[in-house]
Amino acid sequence: MSSVSVVALMDLATWFPRANPQLEPTAVGTFVLASAIKIVVVFGVYLIGVAFLTLAERKIAAWIQDRRGPNRAGPWGLLQPVADGIKNFMKEETDPADADRWLFLIAPALAFVPAMLTWAVLPLAAPLPTPWGLIDMSVANLPVGYLFTLAISSLGVYGIVLAGWSSNNKYALLGGLRSSAQLISYEIAMGMSTIPILLLAGNVSLTAIIQQQAHMGWNVISLTVAWFTFLVASFAETNRLPFDLPEAESELVAGYHTEYSGMKFSMFFIAEYANMATVSGLTATLFFGGWDIPFTQWDNVPPWTWLKTLVTLAAFATKTGFFLFTFMWVRWTLPRFRYDQLMSLGWSIMLPIALGYIVVVAAATLALDFLGVARGPMFSLALLGMNVVIITVLLRWLDRGKLISPASARVGPTDLGRLRARGLDLSRRALGAERAKLRAIAPPATATVTVPALDAVEEPV
Amino acid sequence: MAIGVKVMNRPLERVSYIRATLSGMAVTLKHLVDPHKVTMQYPETKWDLSPRWRGTHRMLTTETGKAKCVACGLCPTVCPANCIKLVPGEDEQGNRFPLVFEIDEFRCIFCGYCQEVCPEEAIHLGRHYENAEFDRASFVYDLERLTAQTHPVSELWDPADPKGE
Repeated sequence: MSSVSVVALMDLATWFPRANPQLEPTAVGTFVLASAIKIVVVFGVYLIGVAFLTLAERKIAAWIQDRRGPNRAGPWGLLQPVADGIKNFMKEETDPADADRWLFLIAPALAFVPAMLTWAVLPLAAPLPTPWGLIDMSVANLPVGYLFTLAISSLGVYGIVLAGWSSNNKYALLGGLRSSAQLISYEIAMGMSTIPILLLAGNVSLTAIIQQQAHMGWNVISLTVAWFTFLVASFAETNRLPFDLPEAESELVAGYHTEYSGMKFSMFFIAEYANMATVSGLTATLFFGGWDIPFTQWDNVPPWTWLKTLVTLAAFATKTGFFLFTFMWVRWTLPRFRYDQLMSLGWSIMLPIALGYIVVVAAATLALDFLGVARGPMFSLALLGMNVVIITVLLRWLDRGKLISPASARVGPTDLGRLRARGLDLSRRALGAERAKLRAIAPPATATVTVPALDAVEEPV
Repeated sequence: MAIGVKVMNRPLERVSYIRATLSGMAVTLKHLVDPHKVTMQYPETKWDLSPRWRGTHRMLTTETGKAKCVACGLCPTVCPANCIKLVPGEDEQGNRFPLVFEIDEFRCIFCGYCQEVCPEEAIHLGRHYENAEFDRASFVYDLERLTAQTHPVSELWDPADPKGE
């Protein structure tokens, strides 16, 4: 190799050529270096942010319970995550004798990595102009970002299931099993609830989805029901109350991480908050316009400036932060669902609503296109009108006088004999009619004697 | 799915999930922003102790700094937990004084009989609760330790209201 080419290799200008700040860089060197910097910065900030989420959780829990929360380590307790980290590093790592050693070791990482991977495709802000070209503000601007998030978020369950299984502990195993069933059930509702977004955006790139929202108004306006389904499913996906069945400390000790200690436990803890952050970011991106600032087009059009990047980054952080707060707010408000209620909610309520909503949105979109309504704010308002109607119906019909409970009590022999003597079949409709008849003829006091048994019988599956 | 869960006969007409959740969240938000918090900032602020509080002991001293105790032996006799060790001594004038006076605060049940029985008003229970130590042996308070304590002493009862009414 001649000395000239060595000098050329050393020459930074050839690797990172100056380019038009308003256009994407074409040089490979710029791309690689920019990606490396983005990885370091984004994940550095992400991990620190996640550490502070544990403090935020404790603070919010304390305030909701009229306490003050941690305030001893540093001003306002800001060094509490550091103290917790040091404590976890110093703790003994117990290694259960009968555990599957390798799976036991690898499970915390498996729980943690998918949450971070999903974060990689979220667009964080408007693109940043630099002398070397326009740098996209997501770690990896995948053209299939949406599909990537769906694919990766399903992997998170492996960490939990393997942790539960490899611990060789019955409570951990139960936690792992519950979590696999729960995550698979709600994965479907979650995926289905986001299909209407694709119908509106016509694209699976998250950048395109944000642009569509900047143009048409946020998806939460046009797809309110899908957002609600997504919200409920995301609580289940992140194992947060009211769906924290895998942990369920009152019945499963600590669930899947019963046998874990020290930093390995801490990894699960971080993974939970990382998942929360990711799902919050995803909610903001899919339904709340990502980094879009509402009521202005200033942030969506070139020329790109540093100010636009910073302001949109703040907008994205605010939205994500709000959802993180909501996660904590709900956690300290609601008790836990029973396991059978959880499954019933997922399969027989969330999934049908999500599926039905896809059909409704598809039909409405077709109809509006047919009527010649342009894709824009008017289109969104028309969909909003439809959503208001649907939500009213759902609230009045679905959320009134119905219990989520597929759990059926066995019909006792005496009750069964009595039912047979009356010539009753046990179908739901027949029972309903029978109950209505009882209510009509008997005073409530006597009705309650028979009704519990009837109430309990479900249609045979 | 006959898993035999007991199903309660609830008042179905009033059941709701979303509205109930929202009203619950309104309640928690109200507490979240409520500036009145009940936490006491412990090392900075402390609870006021009752004058009748019975905590770890203190031996009162005379003006010369000697323990008031005359080693009469009443307190080890009356002590139901048998936690007071007393070895009496006598000086040249024939005054009795304790050679050894030790109270095992782990065995003590803080009944206050020793203070009540003491004819010299020497041994007292203290209005004090911060007793942490690094080893068990430190919980046996000797005479030096007992006289060095400075916390206020228990009244055991209110002279104006001896029956605690």
